[in-house]
Amino acid sequence: MSAADATGWETVIGLEVHCQLATAEKLFCGCPNRFGQPPNLDTCPICLGLPGVLPVLNRQAVDFALAVGAALGCTAHPQSVFARKHYFYPDLPKGYQITQYDRPLLTGGAVPVDAEDGSVRAVPLTRIHLEEDAGKSTHDATDATLVDLNRAGVPLIEIVGEPALRTPEEAGDYLRALRAIVRYLGVSDGNMDEGSFRCDANVSVRRRGATTLGTRTEIKNLNTFKGVQRAIAYEAARHVDLLEAGQSVTQETRLWDDAAGRTRGMRGKEEAHDYRYFPEPDLPVVELSAAELRAAAEGLPELPAARRARFVDALELTPYDAGVLTAERALADYFEAALAAHPSNAKGVCNWITSELLARVPAGDIATGPVAPVDLGRLVALIDDETISGRIAKQVFDHMLAGEGAPDAIIEARGLRQVTDTAAIEAACRAIIAEHPDQLAQFREGKTRVKGFFVGQVMKATRGKANPQQVNALLDRLLAEDASDP
Amino acid sequence: MSGPLCEAREALVRGERTSVELTRACLARIEATDERINAWLHVDAAGALAQAAEIDARRARGEHLGPLAGVPVGLKDIFLTRDLPTTCGSRILEGYRPPYDATVVARLRAAGAVILGKQNMDAFAMGSSNENSAFGAVHNPWGLDRTPGGSSGGSAAAVAAGHCLGALGTDTGGSIRQPAALCGVVGLKPTYGRVSRFGVIAFASSLDQPGPLARTVRDVAALFEACAGPDPHDATSADVPLPVGLEAMPRDADLAGVRLGVPAEYFGEGLEPGVAAATQAALDRLRALGAELVDVHLPHARYGVAAYYLVATAEASSNLARFDGVRYGQRRPGADLAAMYGATRDAGFGLEVKRRIMLGTYALSAGYYDAYYRKASQARTLVRRDFDDALDTVDAIVTPVSPTTAFRLGERVDDPLAMYLADVFTIGCNLAGLPGLSVPCGFDEAGLPVGLQLIGRAFDEATLLRVAASYEDATGWCGRRPALCEEAP
Repeated sequence: MSAADATGWETVIGLEVHCQLATAEKLFCGCPNRFGQPPNLDTCPICLGLPGVLPVLNRQAVDFALAVGAALGCTAHPQSVFARKHYFYPDLPKGYQITQYDRPLLTGGAVPVDAEDGSVRAVPLTRIHLEEDAGKSTHDATDATLVDLNRAGVPLIEIVGEPALRTPEEAGDYLRALRAIVRYLGVSDGNMDEGSFRCDANVSVRRRGATTLGTRTEIKNLNTFKGVQRAIAYEAARHVDLLEAGQSVTQETRLWDDAAGRTRGMRGKEEAHDYRYFPEPDLPVVELSAAELRAAAEGLPELPAARRARFVDALELTPYDAGVLTAERALADYFEAALAAHPSNAKGVCNWITSELLARVPAGDIATGPVAPVDLGRLVALIDDETISGRIAKQVFDHMLAGEGAPDAIIEARGLRQVTDTAAIEAACRAIIAEHPDQLAQFREGKTRVKGFFVGQVMKATRGKANPQQVNALLDRLLAEDASDP
Repeated sequence: MSGPLCEAREALVRGERTSVELTRACLARIEATDERINAWLHVDAAGALAQAAEIDARRARGEHLGPLAGVPVGLKDIFLTRDLPTTCGSRILEGYRPPYDATVVARLRAAGAVILGKQNMDAFAMGSSNENSAFGAVHNPWGLDRTPGGSSGGSAAAVAAGHCLGALGTDTGGSIRQPAALCGVVGLKPTYGRVSRFGVIAFASSLDQPGPLARTVRDVAALFEACAGPDPHDATSADVPLPVGLEAMPRDADLAGVRLGVPAEYFGEGLEPGVAAATQAALDRLRALGAELVDVHLPHARYGVAAYYLVATAEASSNLARFDGVRYGQRRPGADLAAMYGATRDAGFGLEVKRRIMLGTYALSAGYYDAYYRKASQARTLVRRDFDDALDTVDAIVTPVSPTTAFRLGERVDDPLAMYLADVFTIGCNLAGLPGLSVPCGFDEAGLPVGLQLIGRAFDEATLLRVAASYEDATGWCGRRPALCEEAP
């Protein structure tokens, strides 16, 4: 419940997400598209906006955008048009951004968002279009502005949602769902810290039951999922306060100040833009071939919601576990690869991943970490066929984490195989009983809890390799024998 | 006529001349007369002689050389040249040295051409008289008190004065053809997309097209062949096969079977008597050569100037946004960012460039876009359709290039509308994306050259060149030189 809900107001939220595409090269030139390089290293005359340069469209960016469109059920338009959007800023080298305006690549579609009750809600989209990113300005302590144009020309898709979200939490769920999808598709790393997944929020409020929209404000500078939710909640409450005081909301762009926990209006000059859009004359109309459209649809991987449902229905995992495993495509892929090595115990493989592996290896590193999925599946199989006990398995797992390889080899090399030979275990039990007459006497006096001592001693003597159930059963028998047959 | 470029090429191949000799001769003529003409913004004498010496040495070694090997040419200062100053005729780029060559420059170099230097022009190719150059007007070799036309005025004047054997210009609304006509040389605006625009400073991206200027049709054909063709760096360049061997067109060919359209709309009032007489004589000559002259109609031609000045200025206002003083060119300090932009652009851009940026900004503004830019785009479609319809029935259209011969410098500077009308016959080609060629067709009573325009079907430059060559062979107007050339070395 947000503050707005509590007072009989309804919050209406529409999000615009800018998502960088992880293409090899930039959108209109051959510069590498990568993060974290020294300033202005990844630039050329084209992305620097030198005189005389012309853009040439990178079709990989089109393919990536089409994949997102296919995943979200958008309509892909056989012809779309780039346009120029004009404003002056030092990190915008040409004085205009090449974007799409009245004829975008994709329209319609929806983002499937999980509701709290387990149902899935389709949040409708207005459009998705391709555009180039601007560079990055940093204002330093000496009042100078430093411009890094590595980011200039990096491909973006702008995903414009309908004003169909109603709570900050739902907005957060929507963003997480969208981020999971672009990551699943492999078209973006969806990294908010590095700015490859950014969000602006349009917020308005209205009396519950009203059908027309209130005046909206646009909030920028939202850099974390939590920040998005806090900013929306703040802004909605601000609108309600204004309206309840008989004032009106001014349509404007506001910046979120995360440290202060509030939004503030931008100065009029900063937002008074007439972008003077017109069709980009340097680029022909973007034509989509039937082959491209087919490839986008056929190349689509199983998306998180479908995979989650399959894990629950076919593998009988709990919805919670299925949700954890499918949050990242790499993790779900890891699970399925491990399961392939031991298909009979999905729950066991799942538990080992969620409680043991994720406790030791960050989710993002699992695919490249020391424990190969086939080895983890094998480890669970070795527990299930009683080659090792669960306790020994944790030792084996430590060795696997240390990079020692497959569990069979570790067990063999370190002699960790579980002893299930009844004769051998019985011999060990008899030896322990013979070595501890005092404890045997206590047992006979009725202190049956002393049995635990014998179990411990047997396990110690066998270095944990004896099957604990067998040890228990045998001790029950042998201790009783001794009592009746002195 | 073969032409000085083709003749020089043959003499080089036969070993009768060296490129160093030809280059020295050009440099000497520049030295002798350019103080009066002002056709050049930068002459790279040392670089040109070094290129020429290298070509001569390679020829002496028997290496395979390109089709323009050793031929000295000039470039309008709108083409980016690695390590050579490129100003676009504007203060805002004074001192700018680009890090790369335009595609056409690279192609000329690969063909072996010797680059003499960079030629004067109206700033950012905006003008019809060369008086909008920040570095002084160009004077017409046929009358030094006259304009050479614009915006490729430096290139046309340099070719006319014998400073170079050919030049590359650009044509957005007539900027190759009109100065070619006013200076008595041949100029070709190729089909939009035929010659790469990569590395050519943009004025109006949907209209701009680079092309050659030279003394004769065959010389123009040789340059055209060397620089045309698709370019992976220009998404608007077209992958249409280029006819080869154009400059080897047969001598004195007749025009039997060629249908030429004559649009009444281009022969109405406003045409100077001298231009009207020379053009009529040219039509008669074409008929005598065997061509069939047919009346055609271009009913929307009268919307051309208005549509052109909306589309061209709108695109220019966008293309010139990058000249902000941040990364290159001249920068003027300001109290804040907006003041720096304002001061830089105010000091860097001349009056005409500012006028067009303001016109274009207005035409694209919220609330005006539909009335101006969209309407102009629609008019443009109608103009294009007129040409397509006419060219369904004829092989080419014949018109005057300019309503007047070279006017006096200063005569129209205070009347931009009169200046804009200098392009009334040439802008249709650009709006329609079609090829257009200007070939000398006589002189007016003051002894100033008159040009004849041929407009062809898309990618059919070959027909224009063939008809023009035939006409040229029959008339010999190209053989006349301005008096100033007589005194030159």
